[in-house]
Amino acid sequence: MAPPKYPGFDTLALHAGAAPDPATGAHATPIYLTASYTFRDSDHAAALFNMERSGHVYSRISNPTNAVLEERIAALEGGVAGIAVASGQAALHLGLATIAGAGAHVVASRALYGGSHNLLHYTMRRFGVQTTFVDPRDIDAWRAAIRPETRVLFGETLGNPGLDVLDIPRVAALAHDHDLPLMVDSTFTTPYLLKPLDHGADLVYHSATKFLCGHGTVIGGLLVDGGTFDWAQAHARTGKFGEIASPYEGFHGMNFAEESTVAPFALRARREGLRDFGACMSPFNAFQILQGIETLPLRMARHVDNTRKVVAFLAGHPAVASISHPDLPEHPDHALAQRLLPKGAGAVFSFTLKGNRAAGMRFVEALQIFSHLANVGDARSLVIHPASTTHFRVPSADLEAGGIKEGTMRLSVGLEDPDDLIEDLARGLRASQKGA
Amino acid sequence: MLLNIGGRQAYAYTGGKAFDAGLPAVVFVHGAQHDHSVWVLQSRYLAHHGYGVLALDLPGHGRSEGPPLESIEALADWVVAVLDAAGVKAASLVGHSMGSLVALEAAGRAPARIAKIALVGSAFPMRVADPLLDATRDDEPLAQDMVNIWSHSTHAAKPSNPGPGFWIIGENLRLMQRIKPGVMHVDFRACNAYSGGAERAAAVRCPTLFVLGDRDMMTPPRAARDLQAAIPHQRTVLVKASGHNLMGEQPDAVLDALRTFLP
Repeated sequence: MAPPKYPGFDTLALHAGAAPDPATGAHATPIYLTASYTFRDSDHAAALFNMERSGHVYSRISNPTNAVLEERIAALEGGVAGIAVASGQAALHLGLATIAGAGAHVVASRALYGGSHNLLHYTMRRFGVQTTFVDPRDIDAWRAAIRPETRVLFGETLGNPGLDVLDIPRVAALAHDHDLPLMVDSTFTTPYLLKPLDHGADLVYHSATKFLCGHGTVIGGLLVDGGTFDWAQAHARTGKFGEIASPYEGFHGMNFAEESTVAPFALRARREGLRDFGACMSPFNAFQILQGIETLPLRMARHVDNTRKVVAFLAGHPAVASISHPDLPEHPDHALAQRLLPKGAGAVFSFTLKGNRAAGMRFVEALQIFSHLANVGDARSLVIHPASTTHFRVPSADLEAGGIKEGTMRLSVGLEDPDDLIEDLARGLRASQKGA
Repeated sequence: MLLNIGGRQAYAYTGGKAFDAGLPAVVFVHGAQHDHSVWVLQSRYLAHHGYGVLALDLPGHGRSEGPPLESIEALADWVVAVLDAAGVKAASLVGHSMGSLVALEAAGRAPARIAKIALVGSAFPMRVADPLLDATRDDEPLAQDMVNIWSHSTHAAKPSNPGPGFWIIGENLRLMQRIKPGVMHVDFRACNAYSGGAERAAAVRCPTLFVLGDRDMMTPPRAARDLQAAIPHQRTVLVKASGHNLMGEQPDAVLDALRTFLP
């Protein structure tokens, strides 16, 4: 007897969480633009409010369109529950705030998206949550940074800006040795390229604005509880995570770890975090992201295929001073990428052209297909020149301390014909070198 | 709530309210490789509607200590011991899958203590196919995948359980993964070996409810026919669009069946 099998990734990307609408038979997931939901009777209302029945009360807490998206991302990640929020930043905040309050400490990779660094280094600090940033490649630094008050280890699957590949199995093992969860930002890889839960991570989040949506249309974030971390056990051993494994006065003494053995984090995050912080996703945005996810496998395959061609072109171009991508053998994480990211190491990377800030500006202005803007993960190819945009006030010496040079470019490779992309980049590089 | 059963700690979820032995008692008994959390919605509802609720972790499962018990008969005796420890004179038992056999057996062994039984996703005999039984012994991850896939009828169970956003197929798998190694084979062997069902069913006098999923591949409705025939006063609720994970796929339908039956 052949054992049964689960549906494959591509099938789940189309079907998980979605069924024809019971009210109308609509095949596509309807956009439930409603703030609230009528109760069948008073008992039904009370049961929904007291979490005795499952269902929707108010769209800040949950919404049927969002629920389809939440189930779908949980299925694609191999997790237990998803939570849709207003943005990737909201997902990071919800993940942290659910388990870390004043006096708590976070150990984070220093190779983070600037927005994440801001939230941790400046804003969460203002609320009493301290963060120690470490070199993600230095496991001893991770270990040394853990304190008695540490609540979570955090990194990106592919770090910014050098595409440091997070050694998830190693960092997760370290976290678990200390009864701590590992949370990862998987925006650049998506579950198509890497499923962090399979390698030991416990919590995963995305800026769904990027590859999941895929079309640069809406802002959204998704947080997934992998169901792997034993919060009750960690609470018993360390006294931490009382937010999850002891009675919560803010919800009638509910002990989330008694309610759900495997995903009490998701319960707390929704029943406290969405309720109180209120960073919910619009169901219209959820619909757009669902549309994007339906073609995620097709798009990601093309993204990484185009990226490999663009990287190969740039690596051999005389106007390129340096290029960093884990697909290249000289990248410090090449071997790790081969192991964790066999399908490809994403479609966002940086390279540095020869010349100064002005050369960089000439490059950007000569491009005709790459759009100059601040985003990644669009179907269309994107470029940004940090030295003339996000970092334009930063002196050259300070730029270099952050791994950025005057000629550094960040590309997000889209789905166009790769020959056209290469031709466009060649045009830009020619322009960059004029007058040099 | 923690109880001491034969010198070992036993855990029962009480539905979010302190257990009151003076209220009509309902005891939930989970199935193989599960724990109390499969009943969270139904048990929480009843606890807030006039019942004293104990949703058990069977020995060796979840937070209850000890090795898993080897037979349905031993599990039934253990449930009766829980009633003693909790100060409950008589209780209604609600069991899922393996737990339904425990409820049936307990009703036969201690008829004065069991007011009603509700058998959810039940079958007798509860034969376990050899490849699955072998896998529970030799390859638990494979066995868990087999059970998980066969326990679900849809990839879009709504409104989900315990709340929106839960992917119940992933949830059920993680729960099985959370149970200690070695328990799964003991549970499935106990189901497979249980032979007393026909005799106990013929002797059942208490009100009896069957709650069966119309798409259940683990315990299909036809596999409960002998039990149903042996209990003439039984009632059956056939839950539409549900596989074996009835509480996950159709939590409201299961609750509504219990609400109608228990008062």
